[in-house]
Amino acid sequence: MRSNKVGWLLLAPTIVVLALFGIVPFIYVLYVGFHQWNPFGANPSMIYNGANNFRRLVFDAEFLTAIWYTLKFALFAVLSEVVIGYFLAQLFMREFPGKGFFRTIHTLPLIVAPIVVGSVWRLMTTPSIGVIPYYLRTWFGFDLNIGRDPNAAFILTVIMDIWHWTPLVTLTLLAALVSLPKEPFEQAEIDGASRSQIFWHITLPMIRPAILATVFIRLMDALRTVDEVWMLTGGGPGAATRYIGLHIWKVVFPKTDYGYGSAISLIVLYLTLVMCWLLYVALVAPRRDARKVA
Amino acid sequence: MRKDRPVLTVVLWLLLSLATLFPIYWLFVISVKPAVDLFSTPSLILDQAFWGNYAKVLTDDTLRRYMINSVIISSGNALLVTVLAFMACYALSRYDLAGKENIFFWTITNRMAPAAVFLLPFFLLFTQVFVIGEFRLYDSRIGMILLYCTFNLPFAIWTLRPTIDGIPKELDEAATVDGASTWQVIREVVFPLARPGLAVTLILTWVFAWNEFLLAATLTSFNARTITTGLSEYVTTTGTEWGMMASVAIITLIPALIVFAVVQRHIVAGLTFGAVKE
Repeated sequence: MRSNKVGWLLLAPTIVVLALFGIVPFIYVLYVGFHQWNPFGANPSMIYNGANNFRRLVFDAEFLTAIWYTLKFALFAVLSEVVIGYFLAQLFMREFPGKGFFRTIHTLPLIVAPIVVGSVWRLMTTPSIGVIPYYLRTWFGFDLNIGRDPNAAFILTVIMDIWHWTPLVTLTLLAALVSLPKEPFEQAEIDGASRSQIFWHITLPMIRPAILATVFIRLMDALRTVDEVWMLTGGGPGAATRYIGLHIWKVVFPKTDYGYGSAISLIVLYLTLVMCWLLYVALVAPRRDARKVA
Repeated sequence: MRKDRPVLTVVLWLLLSLATLFPIYWLFVISVKPAVDLFSTPSLILDQAFWGNYAKVLTDDTLRRYMINSVIISSGNALLVTVLAFMACYALSRYDLAGKENIFFWTITNRMAPAAVFLLPFFLLFTQVFVIGEFRLYDSRIGMILLYCTFNLPFAIWTLRPTIDGIPKELDEAATVDGASTWQVIREVVFPLARPGLAVTLILTWVFAWNEFLLAATLTSFNARTITTGLSEYVTTTGTEWGMMASVAIITLIPALIVFAVVQRHIVAGLTFGAVKE
């Protein structure tokens, strides 16, 4: 067994950087979360108010609605992205002319900044002037109005997210597929395994860790989406697309209610953490231990 | 070997590319339309182009400065993060460290925080706490490079870990038996095999740093301001300068495409796994 000192040494820079820029601000937010503090309000000083912020939050209908819509949004977006992303990654595993070119095209959405993505989608879909509602009406007689129809606005934010982030899933899964050893696949083909058998019994188990890592990342990013949705719908119509990141933004900036905003953030952080931890414990950890034993 | 059906695949990719490209095409259409035409009946085909926005953007020194900042910050951050994550993943995968799975999970929690509230502590840290003499992290490139580690480093560690775990330990052990040092094992054995994963990590962390908006808008004012933040300056309370914004956005695609072209070549299958055969 090699000395663990080297291992800790390799891990140390990561721990130091994340502690400085992760834990320190967290402690500050934790402190503010237990205070009533509106620096630009009538009383700008910080007053300790125990768990009052958290008590208020449990009965805050706006907050609870925002959580519910955010979960719905994240679920639809992430599931679609992983399924589509996997198929596209498989398509890139084939040999065909112009592969590098198509790969570049497919990654383009990633390099468009979220606020620009939101702006373009908004210009494309604004009821009276957007190109998409215009052609939907002239060609199919379908009336798309995201300013009035909450479901349409919701679906559109999901589609926009899929357009923007599927390439990320494709790339991470492609990296995983590319790194797989070839022997099991060749062996399975020699043994006459069908395509679906190969998928369920070889490919899926082997890239499972990569799929889960991708799902985690996408899930937590979807839960804190702000910029794109802000530009596309501004949270409307009503509160149909007022996802939790946007909600916090509205509490902290226009209202400058820092104490309450911090409390909401802590709860959102906590919920995200518990959700991901449960997924992690249920799906990832046992496999890793099993491999160690084998 | 499986049939690849190249013609069908290409046709499929052409169709998919249409869907991918349409919003970007529309971004371009907006960038070459005079402001008054934006609100007229939309037409799919561009009949005439107006290059005034580009002329303005390309001669703007401030925007050029923002662009250079963005390139330096994203590239610096992506390289730093990929190197740190590679080291960390190697340690997590190959050593029996106490509580390492908890550390692994802890890293990702740094990416979960909703950004809006964390702006204030970052602002205080950058202006008042992390200060050495005259030097403050506020509005500095190095500050942004370090700060972006909070969301990029967990991402990199989580995307790289499956790749490093997937490289058989027997290879390291064989090399160690042959007398290779840890450094040699990492460089000669693990690094070549992890190349596709490293390339993808580098690209994606670069993209995240390039696109980050909220933190850059709060923690930079001029010296280290990034192009994404510059873009938002066209969105004002009195209305958005869509054309200018779109043309800047189109121009920002160019450096990103160059980085992609350079790094993507390393996502190649089948180069390395000959080494695993007994």
